[in-house]
Amino acid sequence: MKLFAQNRHIVQRLGFIAITIMALVTVLPIIGTVAFILMKGGSAISLEFLSGFPHDGMRTGGILPAIIGTLYLTLGTALFSVPLGIAAAIYLSEYARDNQLTRLIRLAIINLAGIPSVVYGLFGLGLFVLFLKFGTSILAASLTLSIMTLPVIISTSEEALRAVPQAFRTVSISLGATRWQTISRIILKEALPGILTGIILGLERAAGETAPILFTGAAFFLPQLPHSPFDATMALPYHLFVISTQVPEMPIQIQYGTALVLLVFVLTMNVIATVIRSRARAKRQW
Amino acid sequence: MEKSLSWPEFIITRLIQSSGYSAILFVALIFFFLLREGLPALGEVDISSLLNFRWYPIESYFGILPLISGSLIVTLGAALIAVPFGIGTAVYISEVAPRWMREILKPLVELLGGLPSVVLGFLGILVLAPFLRVFLNLPTGLTAFTGSLLLGGIAVPTVVSVAEDALDSVPRAYREGAWALGATRWQTIWRVTLPAAKSGVLTAVMLGVGRAIGETMTVMMVTGNAPVLATGLGSLFAPVRTMTATIAAEMGEVANGSTHYHVLFFIGIVLFIISLIVNVIASSVVFRAKKRAERILS
Amino acid sequence: MVDKIIIENLSLQYSDGTESLRNISMGIPQNAVTVLFGPAGGGKSTLLRCLNRLNDLTEIKASSGRILMDGENILDPKTDVIALRRRVGMVFARPVTLPMSIRENIIYGLELAGEKRKSKLDEAVERSLKLSAIWDEIKDRLDEPASALSGGQQQRVCLARVIALQPEVILLDEPTSGLDPISTGKVEAALFELKKEYTVILVPHSVQQAARTADHAAFFLTGELIEYADGKNLFTNPKQKKTEDYVMGRFG
Repeated sequence: MKLFAQNRHIVQRLGFIAITIMALVTVLPIIGTVAFILMKGGSAISLEFLSGFPHDGMRTGGILPAIIGTLYLTLGTALFSVPLGIAAAIYLSEYARDNQLTRLIRLAIINLAGIPSVVYGLFGLGLFVLFLKFGTSILAASLTLSIMTLPVIISTSEEALRAVPQAFRTVSISLGATRWQTISRIILKEALPGILTGIILGLERAAGETAPILFTGAAFFLPQLPHSPFDATMALPYHLFVISTQVPEMPIQIQYGTALVLLVFVLTMNVIATVIRSRARAKRQW
Repeated sequence: MEKSLSWPEFIITRLIQSSGYSAILFVALIFFFLLREGLPALGEVDISSLLNFRWYPIESYFGILPLISGSLIVTLGAALIAVPFGIGTAVYISEVAPRWMREILKPLVELLGGLPSVVLGFLGILVLAPFLRVFLNLPTGLTAFTGSLLLGGIAVPTVVSVAEDALDSVPRAYREGAWALGATRWQTIWRVTLPAAKSGVLTAVMLGVGRAIGETMTVMMVTGNAPVLATGLGSLFAPVRTMTATIAAEMGEVANGSTHYHVLFFIGIVLFIISLIVNVIASSVVFRAKKRAERILS
Repeated sequence: MVDKIIIENLSLQYSDGTESLRNISMGIPQNAVTVLFGPAGGGKSTLLRCLNRLNDLTEIKASSGRILMDGENILDPKTDVIALRRRVGMVFARPVTLPMSIRENIIYGLELAGEKRKSKLDEAVERSLKLSAIWDEIKDRLDEPASALSGGQQQRVCLARVIALQPEVILLDEPTSGLDPISTGKVEAALFELKKEYTVILVPHSVQQAARTADHAAFFLTGELIEYADGKNLFTNPKQKKTEDYVMGRFG
C-alpha cells in the first residue's frame, strides 16, 4: 500500500515534468522567434529605411510606403469595424433576448471568425472591388479587413459589457434612465478598457494580414504614397511576402528589417492591449 | 414596452439593433458572392474533371483533388502537433503552473496568436526549411511537413485559449471531491477535470483544426507549391499545394470572369463550407454542454 | 386616510416559473410606512418591482390585474415608465452606488430628468443628504468616489439619491439587510422623517424591523396576501393562524 502510494506520487512528479516541458516547447519558440527577428533585423533599421522609398527593384532604399499603407489600412479598418462592432456587442449584451434570432446571430459571428482569410479576400474582390466598383483600393481592402475583424471586436466587447455588474443597470433604470442613457452614461464607461483591448487585438490581426488584401488593395510596388481611399497601397505584410518570395537576389538585411518593422508594429499593439487590460483590472472597484 | 422613447433614442436603438443583425447579413453576403462568382465553374468544367487528379490551369486541367489532399495532409500534420501541445499547455496553465508562471504564459500564447502568418512563413523559408532539408536529408525543405510544423504553431493559441477556458469552468468542487477521495492532482486532472471539460476541449480541437485549414500565407510560402496528389505519409515530406495557397497564388494572375477565375471561387466555396461545418459542430458542442450544465445547476 | 396606491387582483408569473403573485388586492395609504413582510419567495420584492415597473426588465409569463396610482393604472402599456420611475423611487437590498462621485450619484436622476441649473442641483444634494441623515458625515467629501464610503453610508447615499428626485412613493427592498445596527437605526430614523412627505413601502429584513417601523403591515406567503392590517394590531393580535405562527417565529 505504501509502495503504491509512492508510485502514484512518482507518476505525478513525472507527469508534471512532462507537461511543463510541453508548455515550454510551445512557448519558447515564440520568444525565440521574436528575439531572432529583433536581432537579425536591427542592423537594417535606419532613418533612410524607415522614411525612404524602395529603389532598384526594392533591393535598396526604404519601406516608407509600406509602413504608411499599413497605417492607412489599419485606420480604415478601425473606421468601419469599431463602431459597428461595439454597436453589435451592445445589442447582444444589452438588448437581445435569448431567442432563436439571437442564437442565429451568435452562430453567424462564430462563423465569421472561422472563415479563412483568403476567402475574405475572394469576398472582398467579388463585392467591393468588382460589384461595387471600388477597384483595388484602400477602401475595398479596409472594408474586407473590417468584416474579418468584426467577430473579434464583437466578442471581446460583449464580454467587457457583460462584466459590468447588473446592479448598475437596475439602479440606473430605477432612477428614471432609459436603456440608452444607462448604456452611454455608465455601462460603456465601465466597459471601456475591455472594449479597447478587444479593438486593439482585432486591429492587430488586421494589420498583420496578407491574404484578405492580396486582391482587394495591395500593390506590389508604388512610386508614391496613395492619394485617396480609391488608390491601391503597399502594405508591410504583403511587402514582406513579396520581397521574401517574389524578388530574386533580395538582400537578406532588408527582408529581416521589414519583418522587424511589421513585428514591432504588431507587438506594440499587443503590449498596449495587455497593459490597458491589466491596469483596468487593478483599478476597478467592482 | 418603452413607449416614451424620444426620437434620438429610437434611432440609436434601431442602429444598435441593425448592427446586431449585421453579422447574419455578412455571412449571407459572403456566401452569396462566393456562389455568384464560383457556381459558373460548374457550367464550364465537368464535375468529373473538377474531381480529378490534375491541377494544371494553363492547359485547362482543373482537378481539385490534389489541392484538397494537400490541405488535408498539412492540416492533419498541424493537428497532430497542435492538439497534444495545445491541450498539454492548457492543462499546465490551468491546473499545474504557479500563478506567476500563468501570468507570463498567457500573454505569450496570446502573442503567438497575434504574430502575422507572413512573418512565420518568412522565417519558415529562411530558417526552418533549410534546417529540415539538412536534418531530414530531403531534396527540398519546402514540404507539407514544414507547413504542418508552422501551422501547428498557428493553431496552438486557439486550442490553448479555448481548452483553458473549458478547464477553468470545471467547478472547483469536482477537484476537491477527487482530492478528498485520495486522488493525486495528476489523477484528478486525467480522471475528473479533463473528462468534465471534454466538450470544451473538443471545441478547442475543432476550432484549432478550422484555423489550420484556413491558414493561407504561411502554407503558401513554405509548402513548395506543387499540386501533387498526396497519397500517403511519404507525401508529408514532399512539396504540396493547399486550397488556400492556390487561391492566393493564382487569383492575382487570372482574368476576371475566366474559367480559372470561377474555379478559384469554387474552391473558395469549398473552404467556406468546410469552415461552416467545423464551426457549427464546434459551437453546437458548446451549446449542448452549456444546456447540460444549466440543467445540473437548476 | 387616502390610499395613494390601490392594487386590484394582481397576479403575475415569471417565465422561468419562479416566484409569482396570486390575486393580490390591497390599498396603500399616503404618508405612512406600509410594510410588506413574510418568508423569502413570498412575492414581496416582486410586488415592489411592479410598483415602479422594474419588472419590465425581467421575463414575465403572464400578469393580470391593475395597480392604480392616483387613480391611473400604471400597468397600462401606455404608461410613461420613465416618468413613473421618477415618481416611484427605489432603494435596493445591497447598497449599489454608481461608479462616480457622491455628488454625481445624487444628481444622476435629476440630470437625466433635464435639470441643469447648478444651484438647484446643489440644493437637492444638501436637502436629500440631510433627510437621509448623512450630510454631516460626508459633506466635505462629496467629490470622492461613492464606492469609498462604508456600506451603511453607501446605503444612505442610495436613499438620498432617490429623495433627490422628490418622488411621491419610496420603495425600500430590505434596505438594511447588510448593515450594522447603528446604520440600521439611522436608516429607520430617516424613514420616520420621510413618511411626513412621502408614501413609504418597506420590505423589512426581519419581523422585528417590521414591527418597529410599520404603520400598516401586510403578510405575504408563497405569493398570497395572507393578512393586511394596522401595524399595531397585526403584530400583537394577528387574525390568521399562519400570520401568528410566522410572527411568533414558529417558521420562516
